[in-house]
Amino acid sequence: MIAPGEASGVTSHLDFAGALRDAALAALVSLGLFSLMLGLLSQSGPTGALTVTTRPALLFTAVTAIFAGRLFVALIVRSHAAYAFLNLLPSESGKLLEILGRFAGPALLMFALFMPFVFYSNRYLLDLGILVLTYVMLGWGLNIVVGLAGLLDLGYVAFYAVGAYSYALLAQTFGFSFWICLPLAGILAAFWGVMLGFPVLRLRGDYLAIVTLAFGEIIRIVLINWASLTGGPNGISGIPRPSFFGIPFTDTPQGFAATFRLEFSAVHRIVFLYYVILALALLTNFVTLRLRRLPIGRAWEALREDEIACRSLGINTTNTKLTAFATGAMFAGFAGSFFATRQGFISPESFVFMESALVLAIVVLGGMGSQLGVAVAALVMVGGFEFFRHFEQFRMLIFGGAMVAIMVWRPRGLVATRTPSIFLKEKKVIPAAIVEEARQ
Amino acid sequence: MEYFLQQLINGIALGSIYGLVAIGYTMVYGIIGMINFAHGDVFMVGGFLALIAFLALIAIGVTAVPLALFLVLLIAMILTALYGWAVERLAYRPLRGSFRLAPLISAIGMSIVLQNYVQLAQGARVKSLPPLIPGGYTIIDRGGFAVQLSYIQIIIVATTFTLMLIFSWLVSKTRLGRDMRACEQDLKMASLVGVNTDRTISLTFVIGAALAAVAGIMYLLYYGVVDFFIGFVAGVKAFTAAVLGGIGSLPGAMLGGLLIGLIETFWSAYFSVQYKDVAAFSILIVALIFLPTGILGRPEIEKV
Repeated sequence: MIAPGEASGVTSHLDFAGALRDAALAALVSLGLFSLMLGLLSQSGPTGALTVTTRPALLFTAVTAIFAGRLFVALIVRSHAAYAFLNLLPSESGKLLEILGRFAGPALLMFALFMPFVFYSNRYLLDLGILVLTYVMLGWGLNIVVGLAGLLDLGYVAFYAVGAYSYALLAQTFGFSFWICLPLAGILAAFWGVMLGFPVLRLRGDYLAIVTLAFGEIIRIVLINWASLTGGPNGISGIPRPSFFGIPFTDTPQGFAATFRLEFSAVHRIVFLYYVILALALLTNFVTLRLRRLPIGRAWEALREDEIACRSLGINTTNTKLTAFATGAMFAGFAGSFFATRQGFISPESFVFMESALVLAIVVLGGMGSQLGVAVAALVMVGGFEFFRHFEQFRMLIFGGAMVAIMVWRPRGLVATRTPSIFLKEKKVIPAAIVEEARQ
Repeated sequence: MEYFLQQLINGIALGSIYGLVAIGYTMVYGIIGMINFAHGDVFMVGGFLALIAFLALIAIGVTAVPLALFLVLLIAMILTALYGWAVERLAYRPLRGSFRLAPLISAIGMSIVLQNYVQLAQGARVKSLPPLIPGGYTIIDRGGFAVQLSYIQIIIVATTFTLMLIFSWLVSKTRLGRDMRACEQDLKMASLVGVNTDRTISLTFVIGAALAAVAGIMYLLYYGVVDFFIGFVAGVKAFTAAVLGGIGSLPGAMLGGLLIGLIETFWSAYFSVQYKDVAAFSILIVALIFLPTGILGRPEIEKV
């Protein structure tokens, strides 16, 4: 351990010259990287043709920032004290998180339940809460596929889109209510999950990832081009708003406010939507937890750990994968139809690859397979995304950078340990270090 | 017939571009077994660097097209290779030996970073260049439909062919190539017998990025436009090409690239332009179902 004062002294363990050399090298590399991209700007000139203008100040700032940042990392973060602290985290966090996890789950749930009352007047926070819960639900849904069954799905948003369009089209064409459409949308999404899953589930992990990505893109391209059904790039607007089991949220004698003798307020609908998505998310969680105790759930987890062993033990891997895929897709379908009714408007713009990447990032960041981890990760990611709203331009850059940084820091996510769903005498938490690489 | 021939020419030119990008995927997948998701964006960066380098050369008075083209090629290849190196160093090397999904997520993050970095640095608008090498040969001119073989298409195919030759020589005859093949067969064993695996992997990324840069320049010359989003779809298609040809196989990547280029071109010509990406992606799905090891790939042996 080094006392703060010692750091600048001669006896310091820090290799100042080395750090400086390191930083100079990083600055040189970044000078190469940024020279054309930041140093020059291509713009349409007065004649309309592209011309370049130089930006020496920006280039200088960027390179200096890299130099300073690298020096800072080499001197401060890599110093012994910080290193010891960082190294301490992963080994101790299992125990810490176990204790925290015991209270964090119920605490988060309580907070989620009472949030609309606490922040009743804050429309922005309520909307944010709905958004976070939507991603919690999507994360839990994808967690069944990725976290439990170990199938990498990069096209999860396709099922979300199927759910959203199912609700929009069913509600507009046949006038079905939200509560009839919700299961239908789930069934349709699950159906599509089986449709896709049936031929491709024999593939290995990475191939499966790319095929699901391709499938997600196919769905999006079809949504854009099949204009007679989906409205094309313009999407579908005027999707019916949800009603309180038949009682609409309007300022009429038949409306929700009048029926319950309340003063009319637009917030009622928001609060109702909040509780709907909370219930849906909790349903996802509950089903997942129960399924883990059933043979099928056990088969999923066994499949994640070792597919060859599963096959030799007589588990039908194709059926097992299909059920995981379909179950995950069904919850995405539910979330999709909720999304459609909340927005009142959907277009293919909402179902781009970035959404799949975000949900997958939530699952992996949360520590695959951990329900609490996924919820916390959704809160961090979506909340963090909102936090950077004022830096609109830099938001995605920071988001991508954070994905890389988190993976480098904690490749197994926040909750890296695994809790077995079946045990002999006592429940032991398996530390991340000995969780074997899943064989696919 | 003329129409068919014209589409064939267009398809081969497009396929060459995909093939060059596909080599980057197939090499990286062969060696460290990960999909370098950011590779499509490295291709896009290459196109952008070429555009800026070209404009800068015009600004300082280098207007002779062959000289400018050569310099652009050089600058873009070197700088894009540097990007390839930096991506590997920052996002993949710390994760070596980590579990399977971590590098993939990190690669997706890197892809987002590159896209938004370019968008922030150079703006979101589509950048277009006037055609630099206009003209070409008219092969057949009959019945009002002329089959054109433009100079640029000849340059694309010739460059691709030359690079493939150089690259095959590199892989089969040089020390680096031997190291690369050793790493591909068994990374741990290679490092035990004295191959500097980190350096070899870095160089693989550098070469892949340099080839992607050439593809980016070709794309810029062929279409005359570049924007920050071209990397995603081109990347997925190039990966499809790599899978179709047999991942890990270099001739396979080229063959797959040509096939994807041809399929896409013919689909656009005879069926519908809107669904051309669907065609390419469907080919991927069909190829993986019926031909999981690709056309020239080796079957994967499962060991317990």
